[in-house]
Order: sequence, then structure tokens, then C-alpha cells
Amino acid sequence: MNNGNGRRLNGETEEDDDDEGSEGDLDAWERTYADERSWESLQEDESGLLRPVDNKTLYHAQYRRRIRSLSSQATTSRIQKGLIRYLYIVVDLSRAAAEMDYRPSRMAVVAKHVEAFIREFFDQNPLSQLGLVTIKDGIAHCLTDLGGSPESHVKALMGKLECSGESSLQNALDLVHGYLNQIPSYGHREVLILYSALSTCDPGDILETIQKCKKSKMRCSVIGLSAEIFICKHLCQETGGSYSVAMDESHFKELILEHAPPPPAIAEFAIANLIKMGFPQRAAESSIAICSCHKEAKVGGGYTCPRCKARVCELPTECRICGLTLISSPHLARSYHHLFPIVPFDEVSSSVLNDPRNRLPRSCFGCQQSLPNPGNKPSLRVACPKCKQHFCLDCDIYIHESLHNCPGCESFRHSKSPIATEE
Amino acid sequence: MPSAATKLYADDVSLLVVLLDTNPFFWSTSTLPFSKFLSHVLSFLNSILLLNQINQIVVIATGCNSCDYIYDSSLSTNPGIEKGKLPALCSELLKKLEDFVTRDEQLNKQQSQSLPPTTTSSLLSGSLSMALCYIQRVFRSGPLQPHPRILCVQGSSDGPEQYVAIMNSIFSAQRSMVPIDSCYIGSNNSAFLQQASYITGGVYQKPQQLDGLFQYLSTVFATDLHSRTFLQLPKSVGVDFRASCFCHKKTIDMGYICSVCLSIFCKHHKKCSTCGSVFGQAQSDVASASNLKRKTPET
Ligand SMILES: [Zn+2]
Ligand SMILES: [Zn+2]
Ligand SMILES: [Zn+2]
Ligand SMILES: [Zn+2]
Ligand SMILES: [Zn+2]
Ligand SMILES: [Zn+2]
Repeated sequence: MNNGNGRRLNGETEEDDDDEGSEGDLDAWERTYADERSWESLQEDESGLLRPVDNKTLYHAQYRRRIRSLSSQATTSRIQKGLIRYLYIVVDLSRAAAEMDYRPSRMAVVAKHVEAFIREFFDQNPLSQLGLVTIKDGIAHCLTDLGGSPESHVKALMGKLECSGESSLQNALDLVHGYLNQIPSYGHREVLILYSALSTCDPGDILETIQKCKKSKMRCSVIGLSAEIFICKHLCQETGGSYSVAMDESHFKELILEHAPPPPAIAEFAIANLIKMGFPQRAAESSIAICSCHKEAKVGGGYTCPRCKARVCELPTECRICGLTLISSPHLARSYHHLFPIVPFDEVSSSVLNDPRNRLPRSCFGCQQSLPNPGNKPSLRVACPKCKQHFCLDCDIYIHESLHNCPGCESFRHSKSPIATEE
Repeated sequence: MPSAATKLYADDVSLLVVLLDTNPFFWSTSTLPFSKFLSHVLSFLNSILLLNQINQIVVIATGCNSCDYIYDSSLSTNPGIEKGKLPALCSELLKKLEDFVTRDEQLNKQQSQSLPPTTTSSLLSGSLSMALCYIQRVFRSGPLQPHPRILCVQGSSDGPEQYVAIMNSIFSAQRSMVPIDSCYIGSNNSAFLQQASYITGGVYQKPQQLDGLFQYLSTVFATDLHSRTFLQLPKSVGVDFRASCFCHKKTIDMGYICSVCLSIFCKHHKKCSTCGSVFGQAQSDVASASNLKRKTPET
């Protein structure tokens, strides 16, 4: 998603630290191979020779497939997304989570990517809430209540990373069902189960529990870490969720991040409603007030509830005094790109490229990178179907995954889309 | 870039992407003539290049009908230092700018034949998107990168039709940790740029005396990101985060949100005009449901 950012954040130094920590319990011969999986970065070419995998083209091909499937979904159903989500993440911390087929262990890999997922989730679903549940010794525990602060969830999860005993799908579903039944009717109820075990140890009939979840319109999805299990598949099919089994760490990361963007709203799953909300102004930097959330006197930087005039420190939140949901307009704007998605760009066919009559732009419209004519190889440029400007593959990905604007369409008055003017 | 990458990158090496507002509707009404404005900006750009040999500048023109790159110091063929008074920057930039302004004007004429000129805003969403694409390319270029930032020198008023696109750009800049500085030289404050600078951690300033524009530019906006931690830069005087309703474009501090698409309305409607959802339940039911929800964690 945010390529540049991620790369800058996880600089060399951090990664080195991780490796040292995780390699402590490996044999010497394992060390060089465990993390790199160097055999996976080779592929056979047509004459049977081994070649390094061309990661960039591969990545771009994957991305284009995803974009295409997304856009075909969008055209078949009206763009309605479940933007207000109430999601429980269930982390299986049974004995199976200690397995070391993922390095350093399944549990550690799950925790690492759940952390990234939580941040991505709140970035993409600013009005949604999330809670954590763990399964250990056959019992489900609620680690954190539904809430909107990523930090508290991450902290709670990192503090509880030990595993033992059996796993129980039914206990987890029962617990989550109890919580999700209380949320307002306009919210989308979702459960994401990260399942390490190959069995479930249940106190009663799990099929009954699954029917109960289905009736409460809970969308249950499972990502398995070992192998496909019938009961998980059945659960997902019944409740409209998705079931997938991760092959390795990078696949797991991809699968879990697929749950970050809001799912298409299914009309019967949540009742559309108008929610009353307040848009507090940011108070002047020098004013002093007692905030209602921490009950402390603070200088400046707070927001004032427009209904009861109580001071709160952060948005979005619910006013402690009058219960009004308080947000700022940028919080809402973060979700608008889901409603006004930009069209996928078309690949420029080689016949167009090789036709000397066409005067093609020599550089990418977005970043000015020069676009060489590739000859017979697959094209290295794409074009926006609306504004006809050409872009390099890197910009293509950045534009669709992070920017959500076409620089070409935005740069010409005549091609401004009618959707944008609606705002 | 590639040639410079071999040199040592200190924490104060900057890539500055400047977005220049060339909107003729604004400049025809401004007290500061466009030529004066340019001389302020050119001196500022020169001083950035002189602050550090490997600083980089990219200038994008924000026009009324189009946007385009008009200068990139990494592509500059003759490094001006050899010629004494840095003429390369001035001549190249001014020539490209002139071409751009004439083209933009022609587009305007074509436009006004088909449609009546309705809007006088600049295409800020376009130049912001281009700047961000350029910066992503620099991020991809390797481990040695200058610290990028964007400076909008804007005079025209906000174009409400660009709201979604500008907010998208702001959030993408925030995710990549690229601050957006704003030097607003128009008459009223720009709510778009105030939010852009607030959200991305940049500086928003509206100079009081346009005659001294260079002074503002060089003292506030020339400082690199590392040095900013040691300086007392202008603090935000408050940001208007109130929303405007989709139905009347009225600014409101309390309103109704469609739970499906998050559109904002100032009063209760039966149907959402954006996504077409029909609102079923009465408001009181929702209130009680959320009360229930809030109480449970305490028990
Ligand atoms: Zn507080
Ligand atoms: Zn209140
Ligand atoms: Zn590009
Ligand atoms: Zn386009
Ligand atoms: Zn209204
Ligand atoms: Zn709606």
C-alpha cells in the first residue's frame, strides 16, 4: 500500500534487530536459509535454466489482477460499502501456535501482522471499531473491548503472547456473538479468525453456533495457518465470509490485509440509517479547560462538543457527557475514496507503441520518469481511459493503492469527473 | 538524482516541490503583480539551491485549466554556478512558465466557447497529485534520498469540486510522511491548505505584507525538516474542521451522516442522495442501541 513510507520506516537497522532475536534458537545451518528462502526466488525459463524471479513484473501482474477483479465486482453491484464496521479479531493461541513452520513461530508472525493490520484497518475505516479475542486452553478470552484506538489493541496483544492447550472455535464464536449482538443496527458485524490449530475442542454443537452467527448477520472469515479444515470452510460459507489458508508469511500478510478495506455492503446485513454526529472545532492553542476524558486540566489543543460544550482531547470519540458521536470532517473524507474509486488504467498495447504514426508521450505524466519503448516485451506503460495520459507501472500502483486520484484527470478542467462535483 | 546520490546525504538535504499558482483570475485582482511575485520566488528558489549543493527543486505550475512541470533542478543541463549568477534556473523556468501560461490561456478560450466560465479556482488537486507521484519516484530511487516536502504558493480560492481529490492527496502525503507547507497569498484563508498543513505536519502561513514575500519564504519555508525541530515556526491559529452538508453546502457543527456512504446532511432525510440508501429506523432506536453498547463494558 504505502510503499515509500513502509520502506522508510522499516529501515535496515530495525530488520537486523528482528533477525538476531529470532535466530537465537536456530541451528547454524538453518540460519542462512530460514528467512531468505532463496530457492523460492528462482524460476525456470523456457529452456529449463534457472533465473531469478523478476519481482517487479510479478508484483505488477498480481496487482493488475486484483484491480481487475475489484472493478468487475464494483460494476455488478452498486457501490455500497460497509463503512461502519465492528470487527473482532480472534487469535488462536492454542498449542499449535507455537509451531515453527513460520519463523520464529506462528504466534509471532501472527502478532506482527495483526499489528500492521490494526493500523491499516483504522486508516481505512476511521469510524469503525475493533476488538481482540484469544483462544487458549480451550477457552476464549476477551483481550480488548471494541474500541477505536490502535495503540491500546497493539499493546494488549503484545503483552499476552504465550500459548497452550487446545483451540475451541465454538467458545470463541459464542463469546464474540455475545458482544456483537449489542452493537447498533447500522454497523457491520465481522469476525476475523486467525486459526493455527487443525482441530476444535467444543463443549456443544458447533453447527448450532454457526447458525446463530448467521442469524445475527455476523460475517465470519478465517485465515488458516496450517491446512484447510471443513468446519472453518463451512462457517465462512454459511456466514458470507471468506476462507483462505496461508502458504507462507508473505501470503499470510497479503491475506490479512485483504480484510482492511471495507467489504461490499450487503443490504440485509446492516440497516442504512442516519446517525447524528457533531463536528467540534479545534479550540485555540492558548485556552485552558478540563477535559472530560482524562479529567485533567489541559492547555489548548482540545475539541469542544457542540451540544454540551464538554472538552475532549481526541477525535473521533463519543462525548462522555451527552453521548454525541464527535468526529472531524477529515475523518469522513478518509473514506470517500471507497465511494469514488478511480478506474483501472489500460495497458498500452504493443501495436499502438510500435505504430510510428502515434506520437506517444516520452515520460510518465505523474512522475516524469522516461518511458522507454520496450519493443516486443510487455508494455511498461499504462494509460488512463478517461484523460488518456500515460503512466509508468510504479505510478499506476501508487495512484490506485494510495493516492486514489488520477493526476491526469485532476490536471485538466474539462475532464473533471461529474462525481467529484457532487461534493 | 543518481549523480548526487554518490555524495553524502546529511539529514538536512531537501527535495522541495513548489506548486506555483498561475491562475490569471487571481493575478488580475492581486495587489502584488505577477512579475514581482516571480522575482520573490526566484530569489527564494536560488537560495534553496545555495543552502546545500545537493538540494533539489521541482516546480509545478498550478493553472486554471491544466498543470505541468516547469522546472526540475536535477535535469538542469548547465549547472548555473559556472555561469556566475545562476541564470540557468531563471531562464529555463521563465521560458517554460511562459509557454505554460499561454497554453493554459488557450485552453481557457476553448473552454469558454463551450461552457460559460464558472469557476476561478486553480487545479490544486492536479498539481498536488503530480508532486506526490514525483516524490514516490524519489523514494523508489534508492536508500539515499533527500527529505521531500511540498510548498504550495497559492492565491486563488478553494474549488469545492476538488474537495475529495485534495483530501485524498493530503492523506497519501500523510502516509508517506511528506509535509505540505502552504503560503497563502489570497484574501481569505484557504480551508483546504489549512487542513493540508495541519494533517501532514507542515506550516500554514498567510503573509500580512506581500511586499516582503521573500522574507516570509526564506525565514519560514526555506528551513529543512531537520532544522525545524530547533525553530519556533508560526503556530496554527486554529483549523476549521467543521463539515459542510452535501445538500446545501452549508457549514454545520452538528448533522446527520449516512451510515452506508458517510455523506453529511444538515437535517433528516428519507433517502440518501449520494448512495440511494433508504433510511429505515427512527433515530431514537439507534440512540438507545448505542447507549446499551456504551454501558456494557463498565458492567
Ligand atoms: Zn482528555
Ligand atoms: Zn457532549
Ligand atoms: Zn510514473
Ligand atoms: Zn486520468
Ligand atoms: Zn444541508
Ligand atoms: Zn448514503
